Amino acid sequence: MKPRGAGLAIYAAAAFLFLHLPLLILSIFSFNSSRFTVWEGFSLRWYAAALKDTQLTESAWNSLIIAVVATIISTVLGTLCAYGLWKRTSRPLAGSLYLSLVTPEIVTGISLLAFYQWIFRFLRVQLGMHTVILAHVSFSIAYVVIVVIARLRTVDATLEEAALDLGANEWQAFRYVTLPAILPGVVAAALLAFTVSFDDYVITSLVAGVDSETLPMVIYAIARRGVNPVVNAISALIVIGFGSLVLVSERLRTT
Amino acid sequence: MNRLRAWFLAPTWTVVITLFLAPLAIILGYSFLTRGVYGGITSPSTLESYQRLIDPIYLAILWRSFWVAGASTALCLLLGFPLALFISRAGRHKNFYLGLVMLPFWTSFLVRTYAWMFMLRDTGLLNTFLQKFGLIHSPLPLLYNDGAVILGLVYGYLPFTVLPLYATLERLDRTLLEAAADLGAKPWAALMRVTIPLSAPGIRAGAILVFIPCLGAYLTPDLLGGGKSVMIGNLIQNQFTTARDWPFGSAVSLVLMAIVMVLLFAIARGDGEDLL
Repeated sequence: MKPRGAGLAIYAAAAFLFLHLPLLILSIFSFNSSRFTVWEGFSLRWYAAALKDTQLTESAWNSLIIAVVATIISTVLGTLCAYGLWKRTSRPLAGSLYLSLVTPEIVTGISLLAFYQWIFRFLRVQLGMHTVILAHVSFSIAYVVIVVIARLRTVDATLEEAALDLGANEWQAFRYVTLPAILPGVVAAALLAFTVSFDDYVITSLVAGVDSETLPMVIYAIARRGVNPVVNAISALIVIGFGSLVLVSERLRTT
Repeated sequence: MNRLRAWFLAPTWTVVITLFLAPLAIILGYSFLTRGVYGGITSPSTLESYQRLIDPIYLAILWRSFWVAGASTALCLLLGFPLALFISRAGRHKNFYLGLVMLPFWTSFLVRTYAWMFMLRDTGLLNTFLQKFGLIHSPLPLLYNDGAVILGLVYGYLPFTVLPLYATLERLDRTLLEAAADLGAKPWAALMRVTIPLSAPGIRAGAILVFIPCLGAYLTPDLLGGGKSVMIGNLIQNQFTTARDWPFGSAVSLVLMAIVMVLLFAIARGDGEDLL
């Protein structure tokens, strides 16, 4: 048993390296003063260049606005939905949410594009921040429902019955008994919704207008032309930012 | 509660119907129409868009998508199984190791794909490294081929196999392995004849969870395949942008959706429904 256990541990170490090394190396090279893949010395020049690039900063700002608004909407709606499904499940709704989660992004994106274009025949609106936000709400809501419902399953349902027996109405029982108990799960869900929204490229690029270019869209456009040290710097910032969000979210989800 | 519950579900129902189901219904409708002169959509309703899929050019793209997704899935299972086995036996450090698997997964998919461009391109880290040590003289063409796409997909979706495999291995009755050992089975025989057959539900769930997003992949083939390794996702995107043939793009999307649904029914009886 012993030698086989050691082999497995060595394999696991290699697998963890495979999962983490590319991001680590990319982050290290974002501090390289050279434009090329040869280490020449520590420098913050690419970070400075990224901050000076107005296309990057404006798109980062757009991404932030979209992610915050979409996260607030999908967290509120998704939490209420999870609570309703926890009381008594609805197979059509749970099934639809599950389907939206596994639908290839490209299909979600083009169907939303087709839908918006069809609606626009009747309304005087165009693609823009609002269409991106609605699209993000639609694909992040399923993540919220899943995380919150997992948290609800750990809650003792009889606590609400006790509250009702003691004279609370249904809303008060939810607001003052169940909601505080699931709050860490709700925050974790919100952080997840924020990351999937901030990161999305495929759906966003299809439903964005001229005024709503997001950070992933700009990164993608640069990356298609090849590797660029400025993108290395932004990537490192995203990895660190998202990494911290996920760690906080995991903490909250498991406490 | 029942009256209030309806109000709790109503907003999400509204979002799901207007922003997910209705758009799918619209492309279902479009897929039976024909392309107009200027890329618009005109009304004679036909099955033409579906019939065009039989064209060898499109069959080749379908075949490549299946091949790339299948190879990625097989590699994910092969690489993920020992890792899941290790984590399931890691005692009180289990959650830490699971976190290590999930952490890169939740950081930007775009950045993770870009990281591989940085590693694999002609003047990238691997080629620079190999040339410095005189192992090769000219850079190897590592980027912009099917291999790079498969690598990117495996890297992206490996956690999707580790999690369900871990879930089944965790629940595995350890006494069965003791029984196998008592009956004279070597560890390898016990692995092949006890552990792997009993983790079939996890293998099935993991395979489908990886195969579905790989089949519909758009970003990875575009960035790491460099437009040469076209898959279904790129074909759909192209029909809605450059080619402006929305009926055909819709038809391809629906065929992809149909494949996804069939695969989902295959795990519906397994772990799929525990999710919601």
